Order: sequence, then C-alpha cells, then structure tokens
Amino acid sequence: MKQPDLTDQFLELIRLTATDLRSDIEDALNIARDQEEEGSAAQGALDTILENIRMARQDSTPICQDTGTPIFYIYYPTGWSTLKLRDQIREATATATAQAYLRPNAVDSFTGRNTGDNLGDDFPSLHFHEWEEPHLKVDLMLKGGGCENVGAQYKLPNVALHASRDLEGVRRAVLDAVNEAQGLGCAPGVIGVAVGGDRGASYIRSKEQFFRPLDDQHQVPELAKLEERLTQEANQLGIGPMGFGGKTTVLGVKVDTLHRLPASYFVTASYMCWADRRRTMTYRDGEVTFE
Amino acid sequence: MLHKLTIPISEEAVTALHVGDQVHLSGVVVTARDAAHKLMIEKFIRTPQVAELPDLYAQLSQLLAGGAIYHCGPVVSQDDHGRWRFVAAGPTTSIREEPYEADVIEHFGLRAVIGKGGMGPRTLQACQDHRAVYLHAIGGAASLIANSVKEVVDVYQKDELGVPEAFWVIRTEDFPAVVTMDSHGNSLHAGVKERSTAKLATLLALNSG
Repeated sequence: MKQPDLTDQFLELIRLTATDLRSDIEDALNIARDQEEEGSAAQGALDTILENIRMARQDSTPICQDTGTPIFYIYYPTGWSTLKLRDQIREATATATAQAYLRPNAVDSFTGRNTGDNLGDDFPSLHFHEWEEPHLKVDLMLKGGGCENVGAQYKLPNVALHASRDLEGVRRAVLDAVNEAQGLGCAPGVIGVAVGGDRGASYIRSKEQFFRPLDDQHQVPELAKLEERLTQEANQLGIGPMGFGGKTTVLGVKVDTLHRLPASYFVTASYMCWADRRRTMTYRDGEVTFE
Repeated sequence: MLHKLTIPISEEAVTALHVGDQVHLSGVVVTARDAAHKLMIEKFIRTPQVAELPDLYAQLSQLLAGGAIYHCGPVVSQDDHGRWRFVAAGPTTSIREEPYEADVIEHFGLRAVIGKGGMGPRTLQACQDHRAVYLHAIGGAASLIANSVKEVVDVYQKDELGVPEAFWVIRTEDFPAVVTMDSHGNSLHAGVKERSTAKLATLLALNSG
C-alpha cells in the first residue's frame, strides 16, 4: 500500500499540543480557581495560569517554555512502515523546534551539548504499537522536566511508611510522593500511578495514565475508588497551586496495575504539571482529525 | 500588597518586602540556570579563572550588582535582522541551584532571585545576610511572562551551553512574581511543607477503612 507523508500533520499535532491545552484540564483549573480564597496567593497563581492558557492559545505560543520530552504513542494498521513514520515524526519535531513551538531540549549527557533540534538518542520518545484497526492513531504528550524530576518509585514493603503489598500500601506511597513533591511539579497536577511491573515498565505505565481524560475512572471498582480517595486526600495536604498553600494540590489521580515478579512490588507515581499537554491525531480514510 | 521594583534594587526596597507580597519587577535581568550557575561558581567564584571569560565576568558584575537572576530556559526566536525575542519564558525549578546560589548572591551583590518552587536554608540565610529576596514566578505561565520581556539585550554562552542554559540579558517591564522568601528569614515554602507533613501523618495514622 502507498503510505501517506504525514509530516505536516505531525507538525500540527506538536503545535496544538504545545500551545492549546485540552478543555478537561482548563475546566478543572477554573473550578479550582473559584474554590480558593479570594485574593490569596493560590487564587492569584490560578488566575495567572488561566490567563496564560488563553494567551498561549490565542497567540499560538508554547503554554510552558519547558516543552519537555515529546512522547509519541503510534498505533498503526498492519502493513505500515514504522521507519517512515519515525522519520516523518523526527522531521516534524525538528521543524517545530525551528518554528519555536518546541524548545531545543535534547542534551547529550556525555558532552553536555544541546543538539538544537530536539533530535537525539531516543529523543523524541516513540512507542509503536501495531493494532487491528484500519486507521492510524497518534497520541502525543509533552512531559516537562520539573514534574518529571518529582516522580518517585517505591518498593513495598516500606517500613518507614508502614506500607505493605496491598492497596493501602499503595495509598501510603502515593500520598508520601505528593507531599515530597510539594509545589515543585507545578501544582495542581495529575498523578499517574502504576502498581507492579519491573522498574522500567512501572514508570512507563504510570505516565500512560496521563492520556486518560480527567473524568475517566478505572474499570476495576476498587481502583476507581482508590483514585477518588487519593484525589481527595492529596488535596487535604493543603500544598496548593505552586505550593503556595491552598485547596487544590492535584486535579486527579489515575491508577493502573500490571503484572509483577513475586519478588517485586513497585509503586510508581509520576507527576504531570498543570500544563498537562496531550493531544491525539487520527488518520482515517485520507482524513486527519485532532482532539 | 503590590510592590513596584526597579533594577538596580535598593537595600531599602528589599527590606520592605515580606513573604506573600506581590511584585512587579522592571529592569535588566539575567537568566541563569544549571550550567550557568556551575560556570559562575567554577570560573568566577570558588577558584577564579576570570581571564578565560573576561567580558562575561565584567558584564555580570555590572548587571548583577543590585540586580536579579532569573532561573529560566526560554523558547526564543530570531528575526531576519538577527534580533532575538522571548516567545515563552516561565521559571524553572530553583532548588537545583541551592548548592550555588548563596555564593552567587554574596559575590555579585544580587538583590533578587526569581524562579519557582523556592530554595533551601543556605539561600534563605544568604537573603538575610546580604539583603536579597526570592521571587516566585508562576511555573508554566510562559506566554504571559514572555510578554513582560520587552527586549533581549544580549546573550552569552549560547553556543557553549545551548539556548535553555545560556545567559540571556533581558529588559523586563512589570514582570509578575510573589515574594516567597524574604530578607527577614521567612520562607513560605518551609511553612507549607511543615503543615502538609503534619497532615500526612494524620492521614497515614487512619486505618484504610
């Protein structure tokens, strides 16, 4: 089959993700704004955040200057060339950088040199999955460094937290992670939690939770209940927007599980800042749509 | 309370500021983050090798006396005439500069450090000893803050350190921030963490139910 050149569409996906925040997050930030005390630093922070979101959308400029690691999930029909998709995405990434939708963020860890075009070893990060659908779907997340730095992984049991290998242990680990993060992840953020896996798989699964809409609940009722409880309890910590103190510390907590070795029980909490930039592009019957 | 601050900032203007105050800062600010702080410490402060970068040292000495450092790695664009512009310029996490900042404040006579997330006890002590403040900008508010950057005056070490890590010399007008560490030994961050940690202990004392 003839595979289309989607470089321009990937560029638009990147531009949209960097500059136009999805409405579920913006709506939640608006609600949080109204809940904070009038005239407080927390409310001031949220006013600034909301004004910035509108300004970035209107001017088509990055919401946050840290445009992060571009993380792509590519779901492609049988027969597509992942090499071509990779080359098109990398070209679009370099173009988006030249057009100032992305900051050059790929630094060689050995030489300390910034490549200047966001292309590097495993940068951008690409995850290819062949699927049985006839269409192509590409999810993009821009994961900033400030919130990446406050992600944490726990190995249960944990004596200091009195955390055993059960959902109560998971709860304890996640609340500890939120408290340790304070405002450093650019609160109010979303917490993605993975239980199980090896260390690497657990981190990846925890970040995949950020693709779920804010109102999505886990299909397992016990996990959905834990998500709800963790959201409420994290907000009782009072860390607030930017760590200024306040009522909203997280916009949501999303939990998922994966199989683990008998010897290991990892709880991984990844943090996504309020600038929760994620978008989806679909290519179906020659038409491209974005959401 | 909203304070208008202009660089160079006087000692009186700094001591008038208290945790929680809102500030609009105007004047020439220098961006510096991880690699720039490492450079300042290694080349200029701990074992001075000023001769290697005499222009940069002279410029920083002049700009930072009574001036402000901004923890920021911007998105920039360049027009056809070679002029730079800040497109997106929110703060980066400041705590990574905790090993360096106290020495930078003392050496250059800084009055303000701008960033996000707050800093630790060494910086707080330096703010008290040398009359400086920590100004918290709103993390992620990059398009909005870029609008208060009216001009890119100069850039140093762009090729060596890369765009995010370079020293960008920028003229700001009404740059919005909140005082979260003042020159009187107060830190908003220390108080919030103390209270949240106490609340966490209460939550973890409960049975899972």
